[in-house]
Amino acid sequence: MQDKLITSKADTLLEVQYTWWDKMSRLGRLLWRDRIAIVGILIFLSVVVAAVFAPILTPYKPLEQNLYASKLPPAWVAGGMWEHPFGTDNLGRDMFTRIVYGARVSLGVSFFGALIAAFIGVLLGSIAAYAGGKLDEVIMAPINLVLSLPYLLFVVFIASVLGRSLINVILIFGVTNAPIFARVTRGEVLRIRQSPYVESAICAGAGWARILIIHILPNLVGPLVTLMSFQISAMIFYEAGLGFIGLSVPPTVPSWGNMLAEGRRYLTSYPWLTTFPGLAIMYTSLGMNLLGDWIRDVSDPRIRRARR
Amino acid sequence: MLKYILSKVFQSLLLAFGVLVLAFLMVRMTGDPTSLMVSRNATAEERAAFREAMGFNRPVLVQFVDWIRKSLSGDFGNSLHFKEPALDLVLQRLPATLILALTGLGMAILIGIPLGFLSGLKAGGIIDAVGRLIALMGQSIPNFWLGLILILIFAQKLGWFPVFGFDEPKAVVLPGFVLSLPVMGELLRLTRSAVLETRSEDFVRTAYSKGLRRRTIYIDHILLNVLIPLVSVIGVEFGYMLGGSIYIETVFSWPGMGQLVGQALGWRDYPLVQAIVVFTSIVVLTLNLVTDILYAILDPRIRHAR
Repeated sequence: MQDKLITSKADTLLEVQYTWWDKMSRLGRLLWRDRIAIVGILIFLSVVVAAVFAPILTPYKPLEQNLYASKLPPAWVAGGMWEHPFGTDNLGRDMFTRIVYGARVSLGVSFFGALIAAFIGVLLGSIAAYAGGKLDEVIMAPINLVLSLPYLLFVVFIASVLGRSLINVILIFGVTNAPIFARVTRGEVLRIRQSPYVESAICAGAGWARILIIHILPNLVGPLVTLMSFQISAMIFYEAGLGFIGLSVPPTVPSWGNMLAEGRRYLTSYPWLTTFPGLAIMYTSLGMNLLGDWIRDVSDPRIRRARR
Repeated sequence: MLKYILSKVFQSLLLAFGVLVLAFLMVRMTGDPTSLMVSRNATAEERAAFREAMGFNRPVLVQFVDWIRKSLSGDFGNSLHFKEPALDLVLQRLPATLILALTGLGMAILIGIPLGFLSGLKAGGIIDAVGRLIALMGQSIPNFWLGLILILIFAQKLGWFPVFGFDEPKAVVLPGFVLSLPVMGELLRLTRSAVLETRSEDFVRTAYSKGLRRRTIYIDHILLNVLIPLVSVIGVEFGYMLGGSIYIETVFSWPGMGQLVGQALGWRDYPLVQAIVVFTSIVVLTLNLVTDILYAILDPRIRHAR
């Protein structure tokens, strides 16, 4: 009884110390110290805005063809016009519109893929860590198998067997990326469970549920969000790569990978069909990587202290 | 030590068995492997004949045992497109992929590690800034797109390198560079942080206070300690390069295993795809095993354990 009193008292003290406003202003200060992280966040937000408001931001429809205005170069090149800032493709579809709509596919696939992967992975990883013994081995054996294989080959293989559809691509990324989440979760849970503060919490009489909710889950958030941002960046690559070899979403969907696959045939004559989708992938992935670096640094108190 | 090696070998054998199981299951994910492999407008009789010829009409368990038994003796069946043993076709393509991967790995090591080392010694300097830029580019530029852009600039516009193919020795430069860039960035980042960490170790301070020359400290105390953990990373990255060159080989028409995968998928030649996937996976697993053993031999803490 005595012990319980002390723990709850400590908790109230903590809550008094950090109000919501304090936390936000600390986050703001951290952000300002890393200008480069701001670049990452701005890039990320701009892609999200493009994906969400694509119909408002673009004057055309992504599949709208205009054969009278086909193969137009970008506006700043001789022969281009500002009605089509990034030019048009071989069917006269507006490149800018298609790039903006492409953000929907890229972000959609990578976001939902990462969410599914995190859900499966965290579930399996924490069960493995908590159960230990035989169940741990049974869960981790296939996970270690997948993690030691050439990832790209297997993804390409599965994608071609299942066929081109948005749902398939999301599911493939969700399932094939779950193992890395499981491994990280398992490692973190094991590490946290052995840490002195969890030991003292157990000594103070805390039950497993309390330890899980108060001590383990909050400490998982940092590494998992970091992992997610890097996985999202990787999935944007892989989705575009699959599209490039014709294994991602159906060819009518304006995705950056599909655009690259079509543009590649006109590489020398109409290079902008290849350049812009690639730049879009690079831009998004750069933003996610900068964001991931920053989240890793601020979510790990050991690094955060060192940076002050 | 011997016990450690034996347990690693056993683990690798289990993983290799897992690869065979996965490859077997994957062509059966949609249920019927026949409809996956025959052309879409095949008649019912053609399908039945194909099913009979491939043995897909037998019970799954029988097919599974047969697949394991045959693949253990190196028989992955015939390629549907070439009508030749699939493994032979894979082996024909192996040298090109090996050359490409070795070139890429060489570039990554020769540029990544020295740059990372110098970045770590002078953190915040100009070399460090260049290094960060390379690492960031390696992470953020999609390699198939980089390949296209390099072809456009260096092969089409400037004419320094052939556009595709494998005929001249210098043809390997562009695809090799594209393949190496992410690995280069990774090695650079790891070397840099390892140097930063090692630099503040006690034994380095001791070396300084003994009055050793700066060069001796940099090479004997810092570099050698940094290189050992990199061995395992290099092994893993080499495996990644062997299995991850599909796009690059496609873009550069490089006649390796990656290009063959792309073609085989287009032909719905799944026996060939299976053979490539299993073969590459086994190579990667072997590579990981060799790396683990090498690491154990190099690292005195593991070498002298028990």
